[in-house]
Amino acid sequence: MKQHLLSAADLTRDEAVAVLDTAEQIEASLQGREVKKLPTLRGRTVVNLFFEDSTRTRISFELAAKRLSADVINFSAKGSSVSKGESLKDTALTLQAMGADAVVIRHGASGAPWQLASWVDGSVVNAGDGTHEHPTQALLDAFTMRKRTGRSMGQGLDGLRVTIVGDVLHSRVARSNVLLLETLGAEVTLVAPPTLLPVGVETWPCAHSYDLDAALPGADVVMMLRVQRERMNASYFPTEREYSRRYGLDAVRAATLEPAAIVMHPGPMNRGMEIAAEVADGPRSTIVEQVANGVSVRMAVLYLLLGGAA
Amino acid sequence: MSTKLIQQVRPLRGDPVDVLIEDGVITRIADTIVLQDVEVIDARGLIGLPGLVDLHTHLREPGREDAETIETGSRAAALGGYTAVHAMANTDPVADTAGVVEQVYNTGRQIGLVDVIPVGAVTVGLKGERLAELGAMADSAARVRMFSDDGMCVGDPGLMRRALEYVKAFDGVIAQHAEDSRLTVGAQMNESELSGRLGLTGWPAVAEESIIARDCLLAEHVGSRLHICHLSTAGSVEIVRWAKSRGVDVTAEVTPHHLLLTEELVATYDPLYKVNPPLRRGTDVDALRGALRDGTIDIVATDHAPHAVEDKECEWAYARPGMLGLQQALSIAILTLSDESGAVDWQRVAEVTSIRPARIARLDDHGIGFVEGAPANLTLVDPAQSTVVDPHALASKSHNTPYEGLEMPGRVMATLLRGEFTVRDGQAVK
Repeated sequence: MKQHLLSAADLTRDEAVAVLDTAEQIEASLQGREVKKLPTLRGRTVVNLFFEDSTRTRISFELAAKRLSADVINFSAKGSSVSKGESLKDTALTLQAMGADAVVIRHGASGAPWQLASWVDGSVVNAGDGTHEHPTQALLDAFTMRKRTGRSMGQGLDGLRVTIVGDVLHSRVARSNVLLLETLGAEVTLVAPPTLLPVGVETWPCAHSYDLDAALPGADVVMMLRVQRERMNASYFPTEREYSRRYGLDAVRAATLEPAAIVMHPGPMNRGMEIAAEVADGPRSTIVEQVANGVSVRMAVLYLLLGGAA
Repeated sequence: MSTKLIQQVRPLRGDPVDVLIEDGVITRIADTIVLQDVEVIDARGLIGLPGLVDLHTHLREPGREDAETIETGSRAAALGGYTAVHAMANTDPVADTAGVVEQVYNTGRQIGLVDVIPVGAVTVGLKGERLAELGAMADSAARVRMFSDDGMCVGDPGLMRRALEYVKAFDGVIAQHAEDSRLTVGAQMNESELSGRLGLTGWPAVAEESIIARDCLLAEHVGSRLHICHLSTAGSVEIVRWAKSRGVDVTAEVTPHHLLLTEELVATYDPLYKVNPPLRRGTDVDALRGALRDGTIDIVATDHAPHAVEDKECEWAYARPGMLGLQQALSIAILTLSDESGAVDWQRVAEVTSIRPARIARLDDHGIGFVEGAPANLTLVDPAQSTVVDPHALASKSHNTPYEGLEMPGRVMATLLRGEFTVRDGQAVK
């Protein structure tokens, strides 16, 4: 693996499959252990640098690093020197001076991890940058898909039909998923109202549609995206009710899916908006699994980036 | 009385000539002038241009003297070959009163490196709500003729109409920053396939083009002069071409960076490339270059926008837009106006960097060049030399240039303001 994981596009197919395989091996080696910990990154320091609130991603990375026995420092921008005006570069130089081996960064500005990577010697992992990318989320989604569809180690997602639904325009999850799923051989269709599809989406390595009902019957995987509350007042669609009617996954729509199709969501969900409660909690749903898989995948990423050696 | 004899400078047309300057005025031009006891400047091999005139400079003083001062900006301008620059109004305080424009004007005069001509704000505080005292600024010692809310667009069509009408009283011109801000909420770069991939909110071409179309129609309706700042799209070129064909009294400028750089550079997330309007596609650059050559675009204006390090060495979304331009504009004009063999259309270079800007701004003593009786505001360029850009060697107080390491053709060897050197042997005199 390269020095950093900034974009899902950084991974070749072999590298992506290696991450999924490593996650599976890690999961297997921890199974049945009373102490769920490996000594792999003992003596290494991982910094979680979070400029945006994200409890679930931060905890997932923290748990991943700790299970690999790394020293973990959580650095939240709130109440820190950043809130007193310290720049990203100053923060980067501080982390550099403290000898951080890896920095996991979540930032509200697209591209911030790229800038950080130019200022520090250690590895940088993009844990979500603005409306751009979230590569470990895509990896954990791919890991979940591979497991749920019964594919084994060494395999990609060839021929898997994945429909991603919702606010693609503002979704870093969608961007990273499109890139990674294409690398792994899946066929992706984005479904959204035209206002929530990015300009130039026709050049992306996927199909797109405005019609959810037409896209559901052939899908093996349906991934619902969260609609952020602030979008609801910005004329991307007329009303929450209309969005829900046209693009929400309710029980009636879910019934049109193939019997083995699964439903995913990166969370947190707006229940009743983009997804109905009975679908979110139903047997097709992988939402809780995705969270669990996130830890394994992030362990694999940290392990592969830091080489495993103390 | 100060007397200088420039020997064998090549004017825009014809063979090299000797030029006698007495007390700041060109008094004689001839094939050969022989005089004793005068200061002689050997200008063999140098091209003589009328001193360059910029209609779009941000000098940051008053308010952000940490980024640039009138003095450092003036020095950069002189080194770039300029004898007059127009200082944009978006300072702190805003240049929206006679007091502020006179302060800027007088400071420039005291420094004496370049004529600093303030641009007055169109609206109070650049807020786009009510007209500033345009007449008071026009009547002030600064004799303001150009007004702009640059950085902001005068969005209200009714207010824009009134501004265009009002400045007719003193032959003024409204310079519009064409951006429908309702179409650029949160915009960070050109709206395109790339912005979609990079997850940066797009600044669509139509936000510029719709305002230009509207304002051309308004200028036609009220019979006023309109100047469009920093054209950046092929569509804008077409609209200006159409408006000119209708007889609208509209002029347009293009920046050096929009003639040279494309949006692909944004993929580095290096805020040096963040600018407003944003860098566009290669097809836009081609259209802008073509329009500069055929006269649809009247002038090159720098939009010189110095920024302190902390305003650029940060996340793309938080970085201030803008880049330096005064010391590279002439080179980029030369590049743009060269043919495939490398031959430069010097007449057109002079028109777009000096003659037309001076006429748009109604400057009587700039943009004239080698004419007997004219003020000696001149620039001497060595076309055989080039300069590799070193950000820290630039005269500006800030270093936010995207051209680091690039070789720029043509070197300004001398700049004269009213017959006095501000640049000599390629170095600033003070």
